[in-house]
Amino acid sequence: MANLSRADVEHVAHLARLGLTEEELARLEGQLNHILDQYTILTTLDTEHIPPTAQTIELANILREDVVQPSLTADEALANAPERSGGHLVVPAILGGGEGGA
Amino acid sequence: MNDLTRLSAHEMTALLRSGEVSSQALTEAHLAVAERQNRALNAWLAIYRADALAQATAADERIAEARHEGAAALNALHPLCGVPIGLKDLVSVKGGQATAGSKILQGYIAPFDSTVTARLRQAGAVILGKTNMDEFAMGSSCEHSAYGPTANPWDLTRVPGGSSGGSAAAVAAYHVPVSIGTDTGGSIRQPASLCGIVGLKPTYGRVSRYGIVAFASSLDQIGPFARDARDAAILLHAISGRDARDATSAPVEVPDELLKLPTSDDEAAGYLRGRRIALPREYFVEGMEPGVAARVREAVAAMEQAGAKVEEVSLPHTEYGLATYYIIAPAECSSNLARFDGVKYGLSDRTSGEYIADYLRTRGAGFGPEVKRRIMLGTYALSAGYYDAYYLKAQKVRTLIKADFDAVWAAGFDAICAPTSPTVAFPMGAKMADPVAMYLSDACTLPVNMAGLPGVSIPAGLSDGLPVGLQIIGAPWSELSMLRLARAYEGITARAPWRDLEPAELQLTDDPTTPSPIERKERLNAGASATGSGKA
Repeated sequence: MANLSRADVEHVAHLARLGLTEEELARLEGQLNHILDQYTILTTLDTEHIPPTAQTIELANILREDVVQPSLTADEALANAPERSGGHLVVPAILGGGEGGA
Repeated sequence: MNDLTRLSAHEMTALLRSGEVSSQALTEAHLAVAERQNRALNAWLAIYRADALAQATAADERIAEARHEGAAALNALHPLCGVPIGLKDLVSVKGGQATAGSKILQGYIAPFDSTVTARLRQAGAVILGKTNMDEFAMGSSCEHSAYGPTANPWDLTRVPGGSSGGSAAAVAAYHVPVSIGTDTGGSIRQPASLCGIVGLKPTYGRVSRYGIVAFASSLDQIGPFARDARDAAILLHAISGRDARDATSAPVEVPDELLKLPTSDDEAAGYLRGRRIALPREYFVEGMEPGVAARVREAVAAMEQAGAKVEEVSLPHTEYGLATYYIIAPAECSSNLARFDGVKYGLSDRTSGEYIADYLRTRGAGFGPEVKRRIMLGTYALSAGYYDAYYLKAQKVRTLIKADFDAVWAAGFDAICAPTSPTVAFPMGAKMADPVAMYLSDACTLPVNMAGLPGVSIPAGLSDGLPVGLQIIGAPWSELSMLRLARAYEGITARAPWRDLEPAELQLTDDPTTPSPIERKERLNAGASATGSGKA
């Protein structure tokens, strides 16, 4: 049986940058444990010598010509921005002050 | 012409080229039905009336010009020229919305066309609008849309399947002859099955994913919905092929024979003679409705009678599919959805002024419950200490699941036949409280995505008055032979009585007293009867 605690759920939510309500955290604790229980079936399979599959079609290193192609203008690229300043996106300050500094 | 909306796309092509009907008239007829029924069905999140009519005028001009030049020019047009189409609302259409069924993308305007859109424009298809879907394509009922559920045209109290539920319902209700969906674990095939139409998930790499909102990048594919195999083949032809903008799109030839599936039922049926069809015993186990299993076995028996050789096979790792998929897909989604940060586009809550807090608020408010659940699962499966136990383990089991299928192709089978969905369309709300019950809806379709294979669901009759889908699974790049088999099955069942049955709910109006699916669902939940058996 999976035993993800409430603190674990809160930790994962923080890693995932999801702001969850008390009610959501409580519901997810039960649901995630129930879903994780379904995963235990995989432990019955011996996969020690099995290579992992990340992609199913065997394509490797498709190269293209290094030529200039038309792309979005700055205005087009910024048109959906919640906040912009001239030709730039306004991003929240991440350095200095607060716990957010990397 | 009685009702233009009852025509298939290939019938429209012939009438457009002969000049018997204009794209203007076709587009107007389909717009009228879509607009009239959308209150009751909620299949569309956006209908582009003016733009669609302008595209229709342009198509009519192209056709007139080609007719003037002669037969060769006319034949050089793509069969979709002038034909109305719907696109799932995660396909970018320049200047239009692409909500992906989520609040976090409300108000977002796509600044470019997806490759699929560009190819459809090049073909001359008329984009009628954008269809409803489970948020970020996560779901099997269309109830996880932030814009309300879509109803099933066969029974308005039931789901159309998902995630591409709007695209499926729109085709089943004759709003468009064809539409585009995406399929990560069954999101084209399962709604096609539940709505009684054809839905095809191509080989991974067949169709460019450029400009499609990503869910799980190693599993996502774009594909067609249609009411018959020929139309599905025509639409697949239009959107397939290598695209420099998607490094995972494969340089594999797109066969022009897709445009020439047999017209005659007898000729089509002839394809079955000598074909070897595998029937995987693991696909007929617990949770399968007896009526569904019966229809699928009858379909396979009919193919056998028409000359196919049917043998039971084993895909021994099938039972591990669900767990494997629900590790890999959430892991990929948690990475892909990290981009929704309230900075570049989409919902943005900057009230706190502190970046982590704003990030949490934006994503907490923008994503719905299923998306949050999957981001949580994926983040956990990829987190330090659990990566090997979950994600790496799942990728190894994926190898075994793919090897099961490889063994079937190595044994010389032409295709695998199986149920598409273990159940017919279920009542709205029936699986919303239990995520695992919802996930089981895709038990027969998700192994196909994990192996990167093509699969198509085709109508195979009814159970309890609701459509059952037969799934045909093929080897990589075998879409043409899969569709020939699908067309052959249409040929041998052309005179079956169920072929004449139609969705029950086609007389819908936009009368304000007509309940929307969300109102109907609320009434259903409020009512004492939880059986959901009655028609609305």
